[in-house]
Amino acid sequence: MTKILVIAEHFDGEILSATSKTVNCASQISESIDILVLGDDSAVASQATTIDAVSNVLSISNEAFGYPVSSIMAPVVAEISSEYDYILLPSSTFGKDLAPRISAILDVNQVTDIMSVEEPRIFKRPIYAGNAIQTIKIAEGKKVLGTVRTASFKELGNSNSANLIETEMPSVNIPSHTRFIKIESEKTERPDLQVASIVISGGRGVGSAENFELLYQLADKLGASVGASRAAVDAGFVPNDMQVGQTGKIIAPDLYFAIGISGAIQHIAGIKDAGTIVAVNKDADAPIFEIADIGIVADLFEFIPQLTSKLD
Amino acid sequence: MEKILVCIKRVIDYNVKIRVKPDESGVVTEGVKMSINPFDEIALEEALRIKENGDAVEVVIVSIGPDDSQQQLRTGLAMGADRAILIKHDGEIEPLTVAKALSEIVEDENPGLIMMGKQAIDDDSSQTGQILAQLCDIPQATFASKVSIQEEKATVVREIDQGLETLEIDLPAIITTDLRLNEPRYVKLPDIMKAKKKVLDVIESGELKTDFSSSIEVINVTPPPPRESGVMVNDVEELVVALKEKGLLS
Ligand SMILES: Cc1cc2nc3c(=O)[nH]c(=O)nc-3n(C[C@H](O)[C@H](O)[C@H](O)COP(=O)(O)OP(=O)(O)OC[C@H]3O[C@@H](n4cnc5c(N)ncnc54)[C@H](O)[C@@H]3O)c2cc1C
Ligand SMILES: Nc1ncnc2c1ncn2[C@@H]1O[C@H](COP(=O)(O)O)[C@@H](O)[C@H]1O
Repeated sequence: MTKILVIAEHFDGEILSATSKTVNCASQISESIDILVLGDDSAVASQATTIDAVSNVLSISNEAFGYPVSSIMAPVVAEISSEYDYILLPSSTFGKDLAPRISAILDVNQVTDIMSVEEPRIFKRPIYAGNAIQTIKIAEGKKVLGTVRTASFKELGNSNSANLIETEMPSVNIPSHTRFIKIESEKTERPDLQVASIVISGGRGVGSAENFELLYQLADKLGASVGASRAAVDAGFVPNDMQVGQTGKIIAPDLYFAIGISGAIQHIAGIKDAGTIVAVNKDADAPIFEIADIGIVADLFEFIPQLTSKLD
Repeated sequence: MEKILVCIKRVIDYNVKIRVKPDESGVVTEGVKMSINPFDEIALEEALRIKENGDAVEVVIVSIGPDDSQQQLRTGLAMGADRAILIKHDGEIEPLTVAKALSEIVEDENPGLIMMGKQAIDDDSSQTGQILAQLCDIPQATFASKVSIQEEKATVVREIDQGLETLEIDLPAIITTDLRLNEPRYVKLPDIMKAKKKVLDVIESGELKTDFSSSIEVINVTPPPPRESGVMVNDVEELVVALKEKGLLS
């Protein structure tokens, strides 16, 4: 049977939902799915055993994986993957950084951003910021290496108890040329952009970091996450990890609010899979209205407080 | 360091609205404005600033693509690159192949730093820099939003999904750029004239050792499924009603 290896993404001791979504993609190809967890404590690996459809969780616990560094992980993944026909990673910054190094070691072409499995070797993927969709076929007999566009796949259930296999660190050369210094990550109580069912994004029209408070208040009423356009990040209103779009996060909430965002194709690229898009803009000609499901021409400084108070 | 190599791809300008060909063989490029991939322009700008800061002597740009890619290389020379190399090849090329061909240039030129874009905005692959780094067995710092060079190493701030990460890497290394790294300079007319006299070497792809065939076959290229057209509402009241009807608000 076709054997698939999914590389787990985890952060701060938690398996991320991207891992489960990647397993979902794998489950459309074969029933033999293993997860590889590289970390420095095996508690994370035991979380992975609950993901439905997984057979085995291979856990390599080593201090070299205290922080994910691609040049350290790639030779290990390449070594473990010799037993497998497919290697899949989430198409997050983690997966995008790591997968191509595996491609180089194994000398196999990589498919970025798999959005659907048409046949086991035929995939669809977006190009030109999602303005065109490519259908591609990987030649028979070749190992398949791909990153999975997580917005295209739902998270699986957590009622499994897969085998946890403590695996030995293969004897590969661990380079010392890359050193992790630090990570600045703003903690928030709000749900993660990639998981939230409602996302409220603000653009340049919001005008300042202080004004983003209005969005946070509305978000807290709705249990929503807050995102932003590139212009809002560039202007310093919010941190980079809130950017939605071609070069930011690709998300698929049930409900998306674009507030004070004009609707550039690069922004739209990030919300194509949203269920319902609501656009709020004071300019009736803003391109965002062309793709919105519900549009309202309004000044956001009047709109947001009105909506927030309606929800009391 | 002696030299920085910057990799530049010729792509459809980011402002152009993409059209898919009726026969689904690809997207329309005839009569369409072409530019340097925006991330590569940022990579070149950063390399020029490193040189202007006295941390490098020469900036060499390289592109793999059709003969017309000379236009983008000339623009790069006008921005301030010292010398350009074109590996001439028609048709689509997979990142693995591009990286292998680039590794031959790296072997010849032996740069102290390689700057590239984090992704080409046509294929959106986001692979080439990382593959090249592994092929050359050197460190990588992808999605960079801040770069500082200190003699034999670089400190790079990376934009990752969880926030801002800082890595220290030994040189030679590959850095791929994110949009907030810098704002590329405008090219001035006298610089365009000067650029005409700079060296632009053209190599046929057949002269390289790299095999340009691919194990990925493109079956077709289609437009994305259209979204159903939406409605306009007049006020917050109507919006709340519409959202409740869809079951999105309780
Ligand atoms: C290679 C590349 C990649 C990119 N990647 C991304 C990406 O990932 N994500 C992204 O978002 N962008 C991306 N961009 C940038 C993109 O092209 C746009 O520049 C950006 O999305 C614009 O942000 P904005 O809509 O907030 O700003 P603007 O285009 O300036 O729009 C602001 C809007 O706010 C409205 N407005 C102003 N005041 C009010 C008010 N009081 N009430 C209501 N409405 C108001 C205005 O009418 C206007 O429509 C990328 C660009 C490039 C070249
Ligand atoms: N044909 C090419 N010629 C030169 N550089 C390229 C080429 N293709 C990709 N690159 C470089 O690799 C980066 C990432 O491209 P990609 O992996 O295709 O998304 C680009 O931003 C360029 O710096």
